[in-house]
Amino acid sequence: MAYARAKRVLPGFGLSLGFTLAYLSLIVLIPLSAVFIKSASLGWEGFINAASAPRVVASYKLSFGASLLAAAINVVFGLILAWSLVRYTFPGKKLVDALIDLPFALPTAVAGISLTALYAKNGWVGQYLEPFGIKVAFTPLGILIALIFIGLPFIVRTVQPILEDLDAEFEEAAASLGASRFQTFRRVVFPSLVPALLTGFALAFARAVGEYGSVIFIAGNIPLVSEITPLMIITKLEQYDYEGATAVASVMLIVSFLLLLVINGLQAWTARRTGREA
Amino acid sequence: MSIEVKNISKSFGSFKALDNINLDLPRGELIALLGPSGCGKTTLLRIIAGLESADQGSIILSGEDASNKHVRERQVGFVFQHYALFRHMTVFENVAFGLRVKPKSQRPSEKEIRAKVQRLLELVQLDWLADRFPAQLSGGQRQRIALARALAVEPQVLLLDEPFGALDAKVRKELRRWLRRLHDELHISSVFVTHDQEEALEVSDRIVLMNKGRIEQIGSPREIYNEPATSFAYSFIGTVNEFRGRIEGDYVRVGNDRLPHGRTDLSDGASVVAFARPHDTEIVKGSEGEGVAAKVNRILTSGAITRVELIANGDARQGKKDYFEVEVTPNDLAALGLATGEAVRIKSRRLSLFGENERR
Repeated sequence: MAYARAKRVLPGFGLSLGFTLAYLSLIVLIPLSAVFIKSASLGWEGFINAASAPRVVASYKLSFGASLLAAAINVVFGLILAWSLVRYTFPGKKLVDALIDLPFALPTAVAGISLTALYAKNGWVGQYLEPFGIKVAFTPLGILIALIFIGLPFIVRTVQPILEDLDAEFEEAAASLGASRFQTFRRVVFPSLVPALLTGFALAFARAVGEYGSVIFIAGNIPLVSEITPLMIITKLEQYDYEGATAVASVMLIVSFLLLLVINGLQAWTARRTGREA
Repeated sequence: MSIEVKNISKSFGSFKALDNINLDLPRGELIALLGPSGCGKTTLLRIIAGLESADQGSIILSGEDASNKHVRERQVGFVFQHYALFRHMTVFENVAFGLRVKPKSQRPSEKEIRAKVQRLLELVQLDWLADRFPAQLSGGQRQRIALARALAVEPQVLLLDEPFGALDAKVRKELRRWLRRLHDELHISSVFVTHDQEEALEVSDRIVLMNKGRIEQIGSPREIYNEPATSFAYSFIGTVNEFRGRIEGDYVRVGNDRLPHGRTDLSDGASVVAFARPHDTEIVKGSEGEGVAAKVNRILTSGAITRVELIANGDARQGKKDYFEVEVTPNDLAALGLATGEAVRIKSRRLSLFGENERR
């Protein structure tokens, strides 16, 4: 109790903590725990059966694999985009800046339909890839493209403000010490961006794992090949298998939670490594 | 390494930051670029470093034209006002940075790097901080690390941009003395930018006084203080009493008052600005005769010298400053027997005159 009674400069600690916990419980914890409670009615064996059917396991691999890969790709290209938006002025910059947010605003189904139309065998892009034997629509590759599309703004928008704050002085200092442009980027600029990149990665990944609308059209939903986990859940729901659906959902929740925890840990680690308190 | 600046001009839009600057700085000296903010001193420093390019003119380092050389190749050490230490690196790695980015063929071995960084940290007396991060240091420590980092690559010239600008008064004074000592040890040609005249007068071998993109005067601190070449130099350095008026024979007419001057080359009616240092100004009693009328406002005694602050009378107020300051010895003060509020006159044994058109 002595700890709680310690004098604080900012008033309202009790009130704001209470509010935070109540709100979190209401909005996040209670619905999520309902998932576990519902799935518990299956019993242990039923749960294992529902959550480890071959089709479901294949969907986990696809969902998490594609999401991680898409987030990683977005880190690279999102960084380049943010870089050019912050460092250079060019005509139409405002327009490009606004375009970045479009994947946020667009109904995901619209994105899915247009991507499918583009990458289908006879689509604008698909027709040129077809001769090379590259199929995008209705394959895991198509899923990856959809996930890259919806994840891009997360990286750009987390890195952009950090880059804007990064004083040109640091780069000038590096140059005056004899560092080349590449060395300056690798040793000075990039390390300062790592925390923001990790945050962006986590957000893009979380979004990709939960994505349904844009993926479902381009995926083709071939069992064991291009079925994502959210689709498995919907399928089970449509068959009135609520317990099975929640079982798959719980596995997804746990894995996502663990992955996000790891990313947070990484962030804390980089923060500590650079002398900032985590 | 000597630094030559030839006909350098630089504009930002319609603002002329530097207007045809010519400078010849011999090697081994500690030079101050002094001037009010916006006078172009930092721009000049950045052009010398190669962080900014001039619109015209050239920079010659050690007799070699460096105008088109990248900052990377100029062998200059640059110290920034806000240190610009790399936040994600320890103090050790910050200092080692310049050695680690050298091309493979020139890069010293890990052992040599360790030894060199250790030596530099000892030089700035902060070897015990090697494993800390910049965020964990005080401002003065950060600036010393920034200096050690700049010295690691053995630059030919050291350029410092308001190096003590972000520090508090006490640390500033300490670092000033320390920089002077360091320079006497290393004899590396150094240029530092400052707007603080005291700093420039105290630390440097030579001062380049700048105003509005031009050089007003170049000289030793003594020369700059004792023989200001322009009216700007006079009013910028040290405390000064300023009078504005017209020439009337052997006198300067200031309002209803007149001040005797010793110059013969000025024609009647010319408008002039006259300056006198507080220790060259004297107070005379009585409300008639030579001198500018003023009223004693405060008498400040501290140490061997007493400073008398006076308020100008209405007439003299066309002179820009409302206040005058006179330094008197305790003996003179006793002989004068001044009282606060008393009406007196002030005049000067050494009045320096500048024609109004000489003033920029």
